[in-house]
Amino acid sequence: MSAPAAESHSVVGTREPILTVRGLEKHFPIRGGGLIRRTVGAVRAVDGLDLDLYPGEVLGLVGESGCGKSTTGRAILNLQPATGGSVRFQGREIVGLNRGQMRPLRRDIQIVFQDPYASLNPRLPVFDIVAEPLIIHNLTKNDKDLRRRVRELVEMVGLNPEHTNRYPAEFSGGQRQRIGIARALALEPKVLVLDEPVSALDVSIQAGVINLLEDLRDRLHLSYLFIAHDLSVVRHISDRVAVMYLGRIIEVADRDELFDHPAHPYTQALLSAIPLPDPRRERERQRIIITGDVPSPANPPSGCRFRTRCQKFAGELTDAQRRLCIDVEPQLEDRGAGHPNACHYAEVTQIL
Amino acid sequence: MSPRENPDSGMPGGATSVGTLEPGAAASRSLPGYDPSAPLLEVGDLHVSFPTGDGLVHAVRGVTYRLSSGEVLGIVGESGSGKSVTSLAVMGLLPASAEVSGSIRYRGQELLGRSDKDMSRVRGKGVSMIFQDPMTSLDPVYRVGFQIEETLRSHDRKLSGKAASARAVELLEMVGIPNAAGRVRSYPHEFSGGMRQRVVIAIAMANQPDVIIADEPTTALDVTVQAQILEVLDTALEETGAAMVLITHDLGVVAGVADRVLVMYAGRPVEIGSVEDIYYEPRMPYTLGLLGSLPRVDSGGRERLTPIVGSPPSLVNMPPGCPFGPRCPLHIEDCDKAEPPLIDVGRGHRAACIRTDVVAKAHGDATYVFDETSTDDVLAEEAYPAEVAVSGEAGHDAEASGSPPPSQTGPTVSTQRAGSPTTVTGEQS
Repeated sequence: MSAPAAESHSVVGTREPILTVRGLEKHFPIRGGGLIRRTVGAVRAVDGLDLDLYPGEVLGLVGESGCGKSTTGRAILNLQPATGGSVRFQGREIVGLNRGQMRPLRRDIQIVFQDPYASLNPRLPVFDIVAEPLIIHNLTKNDKDLRRRVRELVEMVGLNPEHTNRYPAEFSGGQRQRIGIARALALEPKVLVLDEPVSALDVSIQAGVINLLEDLRDRLHLSYLFIAHDLSVVRHISDRVAVMYLGRIIEVADRDELFDHPAHPYTQALLSAIPLPDPRRERERQRIIITGDVPSPANPPSGCRFRTRCQKFAGELTDAQRRLCIDVEPQLEDRGAGHPNACHYAEVTQIL
Repeated sequence: MSPRENPDSGMPGGATSVGTLEPGAAASRSLPGYDPSAPLLEVGDLHVSFPTGDGLVHAVRGVTYRLSSGEVLGIVGESGSGKSVTSLAVMGLLPASAEVSGSIRYRGQELLGRSDKDMSRVRGKGVSMIFQDPMTSLDPVYRVGFQIEETLRSHDRKLSGKAASARAVELLEMVGIPNAAGRVRSYPHEFSGGMRQRVVIAIAMANQPDVIIADEPTTALDVTVQAQILEVLDTALEETGAAMVLITHDLGVVAGVADRVLVMYAGRPVEIGSVEDIYYEPRMPYTLGLLGSLPRVDSGGRERLTPIVGSPPSLVNMPPGCPFGPRCPLHIEDCDKAEPPLIDVGRGHRAACIRTDVVAKAHGDATYVFDETSTDDVLAEEAYPAEVAVSGEAGHDAEASGSPPPSQTGPTVSTQRAGSPTTVTGEQS
């Protein structure tokens, strides 16, 4: 794996997306408690989600717990089959494929999980963990080739290749996450779904993994779908950012555009809620505090899903204007803010 | 959160609306030696260790701090730095197996070594605590109203049931629970995480404590809910006039709330100072490294982060010398001679480092001292048996020549420095 020079990251609009998601739905049935366990409802974890991921791009997907961001990642990989919509990888439909049909595609799309303590088999040495995908996909010619390749992968993620005969328990959390990344890279994927890859790590360790992910992206021309709840991390690593609320994208924009000119009231509240590690700035800020918690995805509000917590709905709109929020679900489109958002009354406000 | 005005010591300033309780209830918080003029909370040379199969784990190794009335002290540190154990020791909530020494004085009364019965008079009334996980800190089988009333009545036997429930409703209103009169009859599972944490805060402020210890009060919560809870905490401090010890790993939360900050590493305070000293002029490399490893949501630039390589030391059999030495880019031979004490580096600002003069030149810019590396190739010391507590990182591992763990037959531990030629940093070009 030689390292070609890093290319420009502003690829949107100039090329075809490598991954296209349209109207993705993942509903989990809620069954009744009777003898015949009839389906009495559904948790609409992902409910009509559109995304485009371009080659070489890092797309951040952010939202609070329960908004469906992890389910989105898993549905894209067909680990939890979607109940509706379409996911296309380089033009090829993924939704509806069975395990066997998925296998060749697994080489191109891989995932890194959140918890490095649960995602590695504790009884396998690191060598076996990283070698497993290579063996399953029969990608190395012989034993020597396999060893060379594993060594290369382990070095690539910043670990010492002499440690591959050790077990996961002997590594720190950050190092385990690197092992998970090496395993995901073994098949030379084009797309990595990173599901909260650093949120289980202490900040000083997290920084090293973030630096590593940035280096790997540049060296290997990877595309990342970076799922996280930490907007600081997302701002650091992403080229574009999509904000999710209750199973849908409510705003998507280039990174600086989103952070500097957020248009959706939820994005604004989210940015406003993040405490800055800077005492003077932090104490000067005016904070938007939204009320309540995320509603149940089993029974989302009518019209705009955010209206029950929306500071704009509660404080600024007239009753006539509110009707629109209650009756009509806002679509994700550009309403003059320069980027798509899903608010009838979107208005760019500077928060940070 | 706006900076709180320093409330006058002792009497809660604007807390008139809370007064269904007798104000002069000092009797129930007084143990022998109660002295209202003594410092509010003084922790002196606190040591806590736990016997384990591997040996004695020194979780806290000499914590000293003083909390004044109306002050907010932030204690920050990574997991395992001993910040929670310190506060459990103050509350007298450590398991019986823990070995505790030092001194913890609340208004002049020594709390260490008190019986549980004595401590019950202080807990909740003198010093109360908010725990991290609101899912487990409430009792699932009792209504939340009952749990608040229980706290009230255990400190005031004369309080009638009616007055207690009225006060419970009042407290729930204060922490922003809508329809408080109806919600007192709910069980914890009927509340969301944020709402439960509000109930926990209501319980903590119920008896007008002098000190509230909040242990990671917002860590389990989403960021929008965290903002709500920080507001509620602010309200709680205003209403009770209490001082607060805020324990967290989130440097953003501390920046907004704390007056002074104590940074802990490997069971010891390594730096203490005003919030501005710590954030803008840190003197301990660890503090500087922590700040440099934080991605900033308010900065558009793509500056590289500066991670701290390696992992914290094992708290069993600590090697001599600075515990941060093996991870420190400023490490020199003298660092291994003895653990540096906290030295004065400014007014009210102390740091445990012998090279504070070098750190001072960074003026808070971590790239001055730390590498922007992306490697992490030294095994954690936890991987080693207790007798080999030092891992070789910077080539100063003369005493670390122990054999690898029994399961290992492979090559010996590498002592290569992060960023050596065999590793990829991605920064070569």
